[in-house]
Amino acid sequence: MPLNPQQLTIASARNGLQQKKFTCIELIQSVYERIRAHDGAIHSFLTLTEQDALPQAEEVDRKIARGEPLGALEGIPIAVKDVICTKGIRTTASSKILEEYYPPYDATVVSKLKEAGAIIVGKTNCDEFAHGASTENSAYGPSHNPWDMERSPGGSSGGSAAALSAGFCLAALGTDTGGSTRQPGGWCNLYGLRPTYGRISRYGLISMTSSTDTPGLFAKTAEDTTLLLSVLAGEDPHDATTLPSAAPDQDAHLGQSISGMTFGLPEEFFESDVEPSTMQVMDSAIEQLKSLGATFKKVSLPHTRYCVPVYYVLTPSEVSSNLGRFDGIRYGYSSKEADSLLEVYTRSRGEGFGPEAKRRIMIGTYALSSGYYDAYYKQAQKVRTIIADEVNAIFHDVDALLTPVSPHTAIKLGEKVDDPVAMYQEDVFMDTSVLSGIPALSVPAGFADGLPVGIQLMAPQLEEARLLSIAHQYEQATEWTRREPKM
Amino acid sequence: MAQKLTKQEVKKIADLARVALTDQEIEKFSNELSDILEYVHQLQEVDTASVRATNQVTGLSNVLRDDVVDACSDPEKLIALAPEHEDNLVKVKEVFDNGS
Repeated sequence: MPLNPQQLTIASARNGLQQKKFTCIELIQSVYERIRAHDGAIHSFLTLTEQDALPQAEEVDRKIARGEPLGALEGIPIAVKDVICTKGIRTTASSKILEEYYPPYDATVVSKLKEAGAIIVGKTNCDEFAHGASTENSAYGPSHNPWDMERSPGGSSGGSAAALSAGFCLAALGTDTGGSTRQPGGWCNLYGLRPTYGRISRYGLISMTSSTDTPGLFAKTAEDTTLLLSVLAGEDPHDATTLPSAAPDQDAHLGQSISGMTFGLPEEFFESDVEPSTMQVMDSAIEQLKSLGATFKKVSLPHTRYCVPVYYVLTPSEVSSNLGRFDGIRYGYSSKEADSLLEVYTRSRGEGFGPEAKRRIMIGTYALSSGYYDAYYKQAQKVRTIIADEVNAIFHDVDALLTPVSPHTAIKLGEKVDDPVAMYQEDVFMDTSVLSGIPALSVPAGFADGLPVGIQLMAPQLEEARLLSIAHQYEQATEWTRREPKM
Repeated sequence: MAQKLTKQEVKKIADLARVALTDQEIEKFSNELSDILEYVHQLQEVDTASVRATNQVTGLSNVLRDDVVDACSDPEKLIALAPEHEDNLVKVKEVFDNGS
């Protein structure tokens, strides 16, 4: 029977390779065969790297034949979001302004993947510069959700989620600035981990909101997520915001029991308009966790209702600064129509950026301009402090917070694309962790009308192991992660 | 309520941000940006008189390294990324007005 990568996890593929059930070449070829068969419709990739991947796979097979020690991700096919720099591999950020950009260096997360032996399959589609929640802001067209091709896989890292869900890779890198890994994870039946801010280096991520940007991880099991985190976490001299604490020894924690843990249910999250079918999945998940020995209590986080407005002041402000580097001179698109230096700037940016990037540049420029800075940016940073203090205090009473990932299942493509404020509110459950710097994990928890529903776990800073341990116990007791989209 | 941005104001912001916009975009943004500003305006209702601003959420400050020269990416490759370059130099349009 031909190898079906959709049925493999990192852990099972490692076993298969080591026990010579299949070769790395067979694995990588099966991945590209699937991509050729299905990605025309899904559009998860912008660039494929088959020419590099095949020789790498041959080398892995030679290493296995010679009995050499293997890296933690040796021979594992992984997809990388196109806002993450890959040396010599086109990196567009899904923008026309970087259409022909070939980075001269690897992001730290990419170097770490390579050191661990992973094979990069290609670069995945996303909202332009990661600005969005559906991939519809990509300059190259949206990605489709393998669970329902009329729907969005979520965003901004929607291409990575679609690719993993469709069996085009065994894990994928995204980024999570305001939910961009967890929300597509929830909509595609995947784990999506936003680590503690500073746990994984941002070096080589095309910057969006520097004070909340972080790499995000997509995987099919808690075990795989744990392995990825242990490979990627750690201090990096290239990113001064990385935390000095070493990468955690995750394996030790996966067996930890939920029994005796207290989960908080923030009542504000359940007052908003959560679809009844999503609430049903939530309720069953709570019952399941109770049967594993957890207790639940209602908690209140009154200022979390300001999370989205805080985020949509901080983000455009930092975006307007970070996108200032695109000047049509040093790299990226340069307008051929410009007659003066000033026009090189204005026309290259006017022609190169898409609508949402422009919107954010404009809002940010306004919010940071003289006379408005105190009212917008500074006020948002102060409200951020209130939110973070409130969240940190809650963890004196509970071990983790449990919420839905999204108030509803995957939206239809085109449903919200003309209403920026409605699209921003897609982040409603995402920004609490973002603003307080804590880790959060979306966990596959069931289905509503055939579409995946995710639950979100949050824990104090640096407590990723707690999240993954809870997820692992829950996963052992359920069967959601074993379901695959019919393709 | 936040004020609605006029087309004049949108044009000024675009000039500050160095983004050329079409008349159509100016029209569209004057509505959309006003909607967004109105949405975030609710932050004004929070009393923050005695609250400090959060710049760095994990509490790190003054992360220093030794001041030693390190190799950087290949300079020729970096210059080759520039849309216009010549003799290992980045080429730009004239910066100074030649008295015309």
